[in-house]
Amino acid sequence: MSEYKQIVRQFFSRFFRTDGLDDADDVFAGGYVNSLFAIQLIAWLEKEFSITIEDDDLQLTNFSTINSIAQMLGRKVGVVVPA
Amino acid sequence: MSSDALLVELEKDREERRTKSVKVVVWDLDNTIWDGVLLEDEAVTLIPGVMNVIQELDRRGILQSISSKNDHATAMAKLGSFGIAEYFLYPQINWGSKAVSVQAIATAINVGIDSIAFIDDQSYEREEVAFSHPDVLCVDAIEFDAILERQEFIPRFITDESKGRRLMYLSDIQRNAVEAEYEGPKDDFLATLGLKLTMGRATENDLQRAEELTKRTHQLNTTGRTYNYDELKAIMDSPDHDLLIAGLEDKFGAYGKIGLCLLERAQEHWTVKLLLMSCRVMSRGVGTIIINYLISEANKAGVRLRAEFIRTDRNRMMYITYRFSNFENVSEVGGISILENDCRVVPDYPPYASVHIVDGIGCREDVFA
Repeated sequence: MSEYKQIVRQFFSRFFRTDGLDDADDVFAGGYVNSLFAIQLIAWLEKEFSITIEDDDLQLTNFSTINSIAQMLGRKVGVVVPA
Repeated sequence: MSSDALLVELEKDREERRTKSVKVVVWDLDNTIWDGVLLEDEAVTLIPGVMNVIQELDRRGILQSISSKNDHATAMAKLGSFGIAEYFLYPQINWGSKAVSVQAIATAINVGIDSIAFIDDQSYEREEVAFSHPDVLCVDAIEFDAILERQEFIPRFITDESKGRRLMYLSDIQRNAVEAEYEGPKDDFLATLGLKLTMGRATENDLQRAEELTKRTHQLNTTGRTYNYDELKAIMDSPDHDLLIAGLEDKFGAYGKIGLCLLERAQEHWTVKLLLMSCRVMSRGVGTIIINYLISEANKAGVRLRAEFIRTDRNRMMYITYRFSNFENVSEVGGISILENDCRVVPDYPPYASVHIVDGIGCREDVFA
């Protein structure tokens, strides 16, 4: 889990300053990001972790903090979705 | 919209594709733009009439590039001496495959491969490109002056945007170069641009561009519906609709009119029937700004905001944009998803852009008064 957090934090730093960002800080509420970021975040998550983010997963709360992204990854990574 | 209406939309879309308009013409050089082979004869001359075709395509807003097997520096110097170098965006002058060059041009300009025409005197070059990219329109160089009469090369309108399109792409190239060199977070870079978004209700002068936007924009388009001039005019004149158009500029210059939004206003809720923006502004967060504006107006009017979304193979980004702007999926009817935001929370505009509303939704005089 903490490994996920580290990788996600690194990705975030390409878009905005993460010096004072806590794992529980809401990156969308803090005015950190724009829609492009959201799109790139999802594309990156899908590629980096070989997961598929479904429409139902596209809840802001799943992506708004480093913690929530790591939790979602914990749920999805390595889980084989039945065809 | 009923599923019948959806079928009509799809049929319209198919028709569009049949007479798909060319957005980029890729020229060969030797025996196509000039007479002879440059590396064998330094004194090659332009093929008579080619200059006129290049200038006319430019005037029509059709972009141009080059795919030539030549020495890059020598060929660029020659184009410069003819005074035509600046007509060509991302020229691919190398000894590699032309199929690869054509793909590189499509990627750099950010257009679909199916909107490219390729002109070359060598049949094996045309065949190689056609083999890798069956959707590219390949034209024999001997027919170059006939293309101006062909349907695919005649845009329905020539707008201010089309006439200035090449210059806008040139300033994009400048911007992108600065952006690629920028070290540090993307948001800091955006802040250096001095982005200014101007948005308001469309006027009659905007309608040609509005039609063009509905036809040219596929990726950042929430429904993919196309509207012609007359349909847009009717919408503009309708008391319960708003047609909003957005323009963007920054310190490198104007991007032109790049966003369009069609809003239907009912008593209880407003519905975004269409929201699109040009792919040239993909990394500028324009979608979120327009959505935030709509949310703030809906909040003032005390209504909910709905958005129709028709999934295509290219527009997932717009779905994500809505979902990340707090829109929930509420229903799905006949292939159209309805998303909704209760508009109780009004988000701020991003700090890197200034937003100017000129004759916005709230400014309309009540025609029923």
